[in-house]
Amino acid sequence: MTSIAKPPVRHPGLPRNSLGLTTRDYEGAMSTLCAGCGHDSVTAAIVQAFWELAVPPHRAAKMSGIGCSSKTTAYFMKGSHGFNSVHGRMPSVTSGANAANRDLTYIGISGDGDSLSIGLGQMCHAIRRSVRMLYVIENNGVYGLTKGQFSASSDIGSTSKRGEANVQPPIDPCLLALTLGATFVARGFSGDKAQLVPIIKAGLKHNGFALIDVISPCVSFNDHEGSTKSYKYTREHEVEVSAADFVPLRREIVAPNSPEATMTVTMHDGSSVRFRKTHDSYDPTDRDAAYQHVRNCTVRGEVATGLLFLREDENDMHAMSRTVPTPLVDLPFESLCPGASALDALMDEFR
Amino acid sequence: MRPTDVTDPHHYHKVVDCQYACPAHTNVPEYLRLIAQGRYSDSYMLNRESNVFPGILGRTCDRPCEPACRRGRVDGKPVAICRLKRVAADLRDDITDRLPKAPSEKNGKRLALVGAGPASLTVANDLMPLGYDVTIFEKYDKAGGLMRFNIPAFRLPAAVLDDETNYIIDMGVSVRFGTSVTSMKALLAEGYDAVFVGSGAPKGKELDLPGRHNGNAKDVIHIGIEWLGSVHFGHIEKIEPRVLIIGVGNTAMDCCRSAKRLGATDVKVVARRSRPHFKASPWELEDAEEEKVEIVENHAPRTFIHENGKLVGMEFERLEWSEVGGKPTSAVVGTVTIPCDSVILAIGQDNAFPWIERDIGIEFDQWGMPAVDKTTMQSTHPEVFFGGDAAWGPQNIIWAVEHGHQAAVSIHQFCQGLSVADRQPFGMNLVSAKLGMHAWSYNNDYNPSPRSKMQHEELVKRFSGIGVEVELGFTPEQTATEVERCLNCDIETHFASKLCIECDACVDVCPVSCLTIAPPADNEASLRTRLTAPAENLTQDVYVSDALPQTKRVMVKDEDICLHCGLCAERCPTAAWDMRKFELVIPYAFAETRPMVAAV
Repeated sequence: MTSIAKPPVRHPGLPRNSLGLTTRDYEGAMSTLCAGCGHDSVTAAIVQAFWELAVPPHRAAKMSGIGCSSKTTAYFMKGSHGFNSVHGRMPSVTSGANAANRDLTYIGISGDGDSLSIGLGQMCHAIRRSVRMLYVIENNGVYGLTKGQFSASSDIGSTSKRGEANVQPPIDPCLLALTLGATFVARGFSGDKAQLVPIIKAGLKHNGFALIDVISPCVSFNDHEGSTKSYKYTREHEVEVSAADFVPLRREIVAPNSPEATMTVTMHDGSSVRFRKTHDSYDPTDRDAAYQHVRNCTVRGEVATGLLFLREDENDMHAMSRTVPTPLVDLPFESLCPGASALDALMDEFR
Repeated sequence: MRPTDVTDPHHYHKVVDCQYACPAHTNVPEYLRLIAQGRYSDSYMLNRESNVFPGILGRTCDRPCEPACRRGRVDGKPVAICRLKRVAADLRDDITDRLPKAPSEKNGKRLALVGAGPASLTVANDLMPLGYDVTIFEKYDKAGGLMRFNIPAFRLPAAVLDDETNYIIDMGVSVRFGTSVTSMKALLAEGYDAVFVGSGAPKGKELDLPGRHNGNAKDVIHIGIEWLGSVHFGHIEKIEPRVLIIGVGNTAMDCCRSAKRLGATDVKVVARRSRPHFKASPWELEDAEEEKVEIVENHAPRTFIHENGKLVGMEFERLEWSEVGGKPTSAVVGTVTIPCDSVILAIGQDNAFPWIERDIGIEFDQWGMPAVDKTTMQSTHPEVFFGGDAAWGPQNIIWAVEHGHQAAVSIHQFCQGLSVADRQPFGMNLVSAKLGMHAWSYNNDYNPSPRSKMQHEELVKRFSGIGVEVELGFTPEQTATEVERCLNCDIETHFASKLCIECDACVDVCPVSCLTIAPPADNEASLRTRLTAPAENLTQDVYVSDALPQTKRVMVKDEDICLHCGLCAERCPTAAWDMRKFELVIPYAFAETRPMVAAV
């Protein structure tokens, strides 16, 4: 909480995007999360990414479930659509929303509790369906809202604030997503916006399900010595296995075209992601190699970050379902609901 | 780049733009907060400590604080600091028992002060409590100097002047009214321990053009400050209908508005240059125009025109200005005659020291100005100090007050046999403003209200007499709003780098994008371009912290438009950011025993 709302004054030199908006226009309500919460930094990164992409706020939908992480959607883009769903059910609600209106930009915000415990099945199937959305897990390895129990992403040996060590193995959402066929898998850190913002932008432009697992420290219950999801631990153990720059379509490329650039992946709208080489032999388009690499980092006690895996040529949910290009909400009623005789004709096909 | 040293009061002092710009370094944010709390007497007393004449300055100050005010950079209009000062003065209770008092036992040192204007009165104010025996020599029969004789009563009522000059004189200053000092040599021979010259710049500049002394010139062509003096004393009670004022400084504004009250119907102020170059304060120009005074730009006077022994007009050259080699240059594009019955010359003032002998050790330069040390106010004669307009020519009242404070420090040092150059530096107090979770000892919310507009007396009423005060002062509602426009720049954002965990919360929450966690930079110029929002105002400092514990980056704060809302401190999980109330400890002569705390 804060004693006052953010004053409605901005820096006179604040740049404007192609819509004439400043980053202040992409903000939401004042955060009521704990001071120093990593989630607020993720919020700021999302604000920055949407502003840089010049997404009109009313053409985006913010989806969430339950938990500290799921409060985040209130704190950015107050002019956007939003749905705060039942615990863990955000992926399904987003699938439905996307089915009805494929033209909106969907961002779902979840946490390690919402996604890896109660909503694990929901998330897995959204990945399988390749719902076109950016799925952000604000992962702090702890149930902060219920005062600090271990979560499904707590590492073995990581201690609670009172010193007790966790004994159950963690679920790594990135490894899980790679096995389920996800086409965009990334890990970021709330304390490193330089890395996170381009990944969010690329994820928002991805033609399918884009997962970003963001290590987002809980300052109140999981930022102590012995925690493996603290600011300090993450900074000391982070290994950036791939560095990605997002290059938007139809804009002069200002990112340095350095000899480091090893690989470019073109997105479906013509924009591209350019990977800079940070790690020998890392290929972010090879699913098996990516899995092995992330797994090796985990075994060494390292946190692999960056855009870990990207495939842009797979089908999303609408392609698989062979829906019409026009969003269903925009179809005339007669086409959407062609009547009893059309239904009868369809039923006859199955007889 | 080296980290910013916030243990030196300079950094935080400069953040308080108004206080930094004020020659006397008045603690503006604190006295505004006291007004907000309805503590008018406390506000007045705090004001008085540095500027000595809050009631007078609340009406007449040149307000260097207001163009400097951060609020002006935030929403275009500074806080109406000056007129709020007047609110505290107008609404104060009787504060006589809180004024400094002279000790019953004198310290045996005798001082002579020449002129009873703001500079000399400040010297007396600062040194009387220390037991000095102070004598002021004043040519006229009342105290105040220029403040009384050159500022018309419709801007500054006599009662306000009487109150504030008497506060000082009533400490037991011996004032010899109606006594001109005619010989410095004789004055020094009277055995004073020190002499302070605060006699102002009393000589109005002459304009020797053809016709200046022809016909009825003696009666209808006046020198501005002399004419204002004559009006003050009642020697002049009316003026001809058509009046030209030559010059466009604040004296010209007082002349044109006074002329309007003495029967002139057509008053024009004629300036050589265009409006942006006028010396008069913008608000004084506005007030004059409200009274239907016409301002004529780009006209240079050439001749006074007389017919049948009577002034009938003035001829002017019309000028066009351009920049030649970076210097403004004028070209004459024609001549024009403006008819008039009277002319008032308000083109500046000179110093005049015919009474100071040139062979007694006081050095003068080729322009007849004394050689005075900028810091100590001491002349080349060790016993003689100068201040106010007498030191370096016309400035404003608040500068005269500051000169008085500095001269008082010097005189006190000198009379104790100490070096006048040995002066205390500024000190500071820095105390956390935190009262609890998200509770501060100041109102940190941003008030978006526009600047309050001063109410003026109706035109008809204000011309009924020269003593009808034009500005009515702020209403209670205006006061309540205007004080809340202050951004509390003295509540400083204080950073403890060793506590920072680099969570970015402060950077993310700052409404005006003034914080950045950046890699260390070699120099400030490159750092300024790499911030969340570019720091392009080079007059404002950039704060740079020590290396942060986790990544060795640095916290950078552009001080330019910080709102002092405290959100950085509220969102900081480790209290690395704190809001701390900064108090500049100014070394006055009378406060020599006050502790200087440089607590950080």
